[in-house]
Parts: sequence; C-alpha cells; structure tokens
Amino acid sequence: MTTDKVLMKGNEAFAEAAIRGGARLYFGYPITPQSEVPEYMSRELPKHGGCFVQAESELGAINMAYGAGAAGGTVFISSSSPGIALMQEGMSFLCSAEVPLLAMNVSRGGPGIGGIQPGQADYFQVTRGGGNGDYRIPVFAPSSIQEAVDLLYEGTELAQYWRNPIMVLADGMIGQMMEPVLLPDFKPVPTPHEIAGLRDWACTGYDDRGGDQNRRVVKSLRMQPEKLEEHVEKLFRKYAQAEKELVRYETENLKGAEVVFVAFGTTARICREACEILAEEGIKAGLIRPISLWPFPNKAFDEIDFGTTKAVISAELSMGQMMTDVQIALNGRLPVYLAHRTGGMVPTSPEVAARAKAVLEGLK
Amino acid sequence: MSTYKMFFAGSGGQGVLLMGQIITYAAMLEGKEATFLPSYGPEMRGGTANCTVVVSDKPVSCPLIYEADIAVVMNLPSMDKFEPMVKPGGFLFYNESIIDRKPNRDDIKAVAVDLADRSAKLGNDKVANMVMLGEVVRGTGVVQVETVFKVFEKVFSGRKAALIPLNKQAFMGE
Repeated sequence: MTTDKVLMKGNEAFAEAAIRGGARLYFGYPITPQSEVPEYMSRELPKHGGCFVQAESELGAINMAYGAGAAGGTVFISSSSPGIALMQEGMSFLCSAEVPLLAMNVSRGGPGIGGIQPGQADYFQVTRGGGNGDYRIPVFAPSSIQEAVDLLYEGTELAQYWRNPIMVLADGMIGQMMEPVLLPDFKPVPTPHEIAGLRDWACTGYDDRGGDQNRRVVKSLRMQPEKLEEHVEKLFRKYAQAEKELVRYETENLKGAEVVFVAFGTTARICREACEILAEEGIKAGLIRPISLWPFPNKAFDEIDFGTTKAVISAELSMGQMMTDVQIALNGRLPVYLAHRTGGMVPTSPEVAARAKAVLEGLK
Repeated sequence: MSTYKMFFAGSGGQGVLLMGQIITYAAMLEGKEATFLPSYGPEMRGGTANCTVVVSDKPVSCPLIYEADIAVVMNLPSMDKFEPMVKPGGFLFYNESIIDRKPNRDDIKAVAVDLADRSAKLGNDKVANMVMLGEVVRGTGVVQVETVFKVFEKVFSGRKAALIPLNKQAFMGE
C-alpha cells in the first residue's frame, strides 16, 4: 500500500475505491450531489479495462447492473436519493435472485425531487427498502471520506460473499468535501474463466466454464408458493447470519456520560464537536455512531452507562427516521429525544449542544 | 497551533475554491489533518462561491463551521455575510479594491488588500487570488510558505508549470 495521502473530493475517492476494489462495470445516470462519480468512472474505468455505461435512466442502470451481476461481473452503481428510489424494484429483484452489487447513495433532501443539499431522510428507504417482498440490504454509513473508501473497497467482496446488494450511504456533504485519503492497492481482477469457477452460480457462458454442462439459472420468479416460501426462508437464514457478522459501530465517551448522542455520517461529526462544546460547560456527553444501519448496532446501546446517562438523543438530517431503531435498541431503558434539521439544512454543533442542554434541563 | 477554521468567499471566478484547496493540500503535506468543504448548488454559477477549510493537529471533528479564525472575502456580499462570523481576535482579509466599506468590527484583525492594484502591477489580474493567499499565509502562519510552493509544483503541472514563477511572485507580494 502506498503511504502517501492524496487530497480527493469524496465522490472521486468513492469511484476510485470501487475501481481499486475490483469493480469493472458501472451503470449510472447523473444526479447531484454525486455526479462526479459517473464522471470519474467514465474517464477512469476504461483505463482499467472496465466498462462505463450512462444508462437512459436509473431504472435502466439498476437493470443493467442486475444483468451484468447475474453474468458474474463485479458491478458498482451510484445515485442520489430520488435516483435510488427509482432503483428499488431492481434491488428487490437482485435480492431475490441473489445477485451481488455494490451500490452507493449520496443522499440529499427529500421527499420528491426535493433539493440537492445533504440529507439523511433516506434512512427508511435504505434500511427498510422500497421494493416489494421480504428482503434485506446491508447498509454502511461512513462519516469520513477515508471510511467511505475503506467500506467501498471491502464492499465489492462483501457483495460477492453475501450474494446480495451492499449499500454505502453517504450524504451530500461527504460526497462534495475534500479530505486527505490513503488509497488502498488495486485488488487483482479475476479473468472470465476464473470468475466462472469462483462465482459458480453465475451465468458466465459455456466457454468460460471448461466443459461444465450444468445449467445455471438466475431468477426471481417462483410460481409455486411452497418453493417461494422455501426460498425466502433460505434468504432469511442468510440475513440472520449477516445480522451477526455485519454489525459495525463506534462509541465515544459513554462512561459517565449524562447524555448520549446517536448519529451517523456527517451528523456524527457534528455531534462529536457538540460533545466537545458540552464538555467545556461541564456536561459529559457521549456518542454512539452506527456504521452499519442495517443490521442496526443494537448491542452498542448495552455499553451506555445506565448509572449516569439520563437521555439519548437521536441526531439526524431527517424527521427522526433512525429514532425508531434507537427506541427499539433501548427497549424503554432510557427516554429518546430528537435533534434534527431536514430538507438539506444541517445543524451547527452549538445548536445540537443546546438541544442536549434543553433536554437535560427538561428532565430535572 | 491547534485548529484553524477558515472561510474563503467571493464571486464565481475569483478563485476562492482554489485558495481553500491549496491551504488544505499544504496542510496535508505538513502532516496535519484538514478538510475542505465547498458550497455547492445552483447559486454557484455566476453567483457567490465559498468554501470552508479546517486545519488541525488532531482529526477534524466537523468540516462545517459556524465561526472562523480566518475569513477571506473577495467581494462585498461575502464581507457582509462572513464578517460577523469571525471569532473575536480572528483575521478578516478583504479585497479593498471592490469592497467600498471598512469592516464594522474593531475586535478583529482586519487586513485590507488592494488586489486590483497589486495584480495590475504584476501584469495579470488572474493572480489576484494568489496575492490574497500570500497575505493570508504570511500573515497567519496557518501553513508554511515553502509548503505552499510545493503545492504549486503539484497544482501547476505540465503546460501550467510556466505559471509557477508568476504565482510565487504574486504570493510573496513582490
């Protein structure tokens, strides 16, 4: 690995991380605040023997990704909130057919076309899904460009391992900002012949399979309810395992904390500064930063110092979508409050700190 | 030095984003932590442009700032917006060529720079942002002059390398 950091814009670093992680197929359609991802891919991917396609729409892009993934390709797609909404039907199909995909959502304010400033109101969309049927998609929410790069780099393999879409959710601020970043080395890219062996379910074509005559079928249609139920039960055994293995989070200053923030992405960074402001005023505040949004890190909440903590504050760029998961994780052990802005507005750290003080004051 | 929070603001085309990027790049080369956050959106085309830079010895908790140690303003609307956000004792660098008022505050260090005159003397008004950047770096020490020169080598590569002497001259106020 090179030891020299480079200064990169988030969106460009995301694209580079996917290439270094082995993604060689990209399908997308431009949308702010992530348009630098397809722009970078269109320029850089062909240099690595990859293929960039600007689809006619996000519907086209997700279905191209479905086909390419079913054929054994290492596929990366990206979009922003309303574009991800258009891809939901495809996400359901990919989950059912167990087709791997690395997907990135650089989210903005909604609902509807909404605006182009940072938002986190896609929490329900990405953790619950907008497609039909019983399915789950692991979602990771980085709070820095470096963390996004590391997650995307790993994400190509996670998608293949779990044979499922893997989503990385960054808000527009992380996409648009620049930070020094250490880029990982390029992963070796398997040949079509190697892919036929490694991905022994993929429709790679006879020629690459060295004489293997067994039919390979990738599908999401199962007309017999018994067969469909059996298939869904199988998927959920996989998801149960993912819930054990993919939980990721960080905690800071929970011991002795009076109040604990729960926040992901950009909002976690704002809360970290709010904790510093509160500390200067003699109020100890801690932070739980979910990195995996599904599976939600319920066990992180067991680390709360229940002897000292009086309240938990879910800090979000939405009307409190994550708050539901925070309440489930706490299961009534502590009251949960909301600190939020929405629609593309981002709170300052003094605003978040003031909200915490008001909550603590109200509990006296 | 612990943490410097900075605003660079002006109108599109005045080179405020490049100023912010060069400081961020230089901070990285000095082994510091740094973030650069541009404003983005429809207002950038022909309108105002600004960016936020945080340089620190420790990991930058938040790239978004609400007060600044250093504000660099290139036109009047930027002065109106960012002057109130300078911390007491902080720096306000302003382009006095086109900002026809003095700062309202007396609890900050205001530095007036006549960019039109200075860049006219250099024979190229496109280096006005480098004149300003030189004042900021030499006036505050947020990064070292030599490091900025190293950044010039990286930013002005290939055909643009010929521009390095002029930019250095502008930067050093010669």
